[in-house]
Amino acid sequence: MNLLADNLISPVVLCFALGIVARWIKSDLSIPEPIYQGLSIYLLLAIGLKGGAALAVTPFTEILAPAGMTFVLGCVTAVSAFYLMKHFGRLSRENASAVAAHYGSVSVVTFLAATEAVKRTGMSYEGFLPALVAVLEVPGIIVALLFASGGGAQSGRAGGGWKKALHEVITGKSIVLLVGGLIIGAACGPAKLADVAPFFVTAFKGALCIFLLELGLIAGKRLADVGKAGWRLIALGCFLPVFHGTLGVGGAILAGMSPGGAVIFGAMVGSASYIAAPAAVRIALPKANPGYYLTLSLGITFPFNLAFGIPLLQKIAKLFHSWQ
Amino acid sequence: MAMKVLLKKVTITAERLLRDELIEMIKRHGATGWTVTAVEGEGSRGNRTSDFEGRNSQIDTIVSKETASAIMEEVAEKYFADWSIITYAVDVEVLRGEKYVGGN
Repeated sequence: MNLLADNLISPVVLCFALGIVARWIKSDLSIPEPIYQGLSIYLLLAIGLKGGAALAVTPFTEILAPAGMTFVLGCVTAVSAFYLMKHFGRLSRENASAVAAHYGSVSVVTFLAATEAVKRTGMSYEGFLPALVAVLEVPGIIVALLFASGGGAQSGRAGGGWKKALHEVITGKSIVLLVGGLIIGAACGPAKLADVAPFFVTAFKGALCIFLLELGLIAGKRLADVGKAGWRLIALGCFLPVFHGTLGVGGAILAGMSPGGAVIFGAMVGSASYIAAPAAVRIALPKANPGYYLTLSLGITFPFNLAFGIPLLQKIAKLFHSWQ
Repeated sequence: MAMKVLLKKVTITAERLLRDELIEMIKRHGATGWTVTAVEGEGSRGNRTSDFEGRNSQIDTIVSKETASAIMEEVAEKYFADWSIITYAVDVEVLRGEKYVGGN
């Protein structure tokens, strides 16, 4: 219970809650578009640089197993999300694969929130995790879109379909900044990055709070639609992060990661994308209803992970670790 | 006094994600220029993909009557079914008429 309260009473989670409340009371609060676009660039580049600096001092062989596990779980979670959404959630093939693309991909902010939660407990974790975020971003989206085309569902001819959707994911700002930051960080190494640390490291958490405020405002809007989703989808929106998160924690421990790293990895695997995936899905599957995939990823799974998923994964990681 | 010419101004307001391909499309039809504005609004669909994509895009282009029809037809055929998009054309009087019909 302590873990849960400690997780909830943190600047990041409370700023998110403030955003939701502001939307709920119809406050005029809004984060100007250039500011949150700028903040997302800052956050992604900072994560990339930090991960890259860790890559510079980590032997390649140490990352191989976790990276392989990330790729496998990215595909597996898209498959499980698809079948659960189709059969339990009773969504059409097209809508189920649209939702699956989100659960197969990763939410960077969930990764950050999990990292903060692990830091607070004093556990150590692997510094190369941001590199795994980049690996997790794409495969799930591709696998999920394959389901839609496999079933003969009409892909988005008008939007340019597949090719354009892939281009959107791979050249989208999240991959460009993450991978770019990783390369820059790895090339420079920790010593040279110390020069930019005051900007990219010290101010990071404050910037994250403002970004979470904006996310709260957007999620608050989506929360209004949660009731319309029906109990099956709400149940899945809470079950999938736990199910995928547990797979992630188990996979991380199998791949030789520390318990702290396993919690963060579990949160990554259990998260649903809401920046990269929606754009790709909208282009590849224009007939799929954004009401389903955005409400599930942003209105249900993200807040669930922030409030309950991450502390639960901390418990699960401890349990798994004690069995070893 | 310079000669005024009667042309059409086609306006397309659509989801931000479509911006680049719409611009490509109007150019393919022979539009020689365009202006894009970020706009806000509400329509019958009421559901855009992502708030992270920012505001909707409004594309204005001045073209000949024939080009205007061709552009609007393509918008209707390709996008009306699945996307938040509207298009309309109005008569405009312009100076230097040849500037707008060069591509055709």
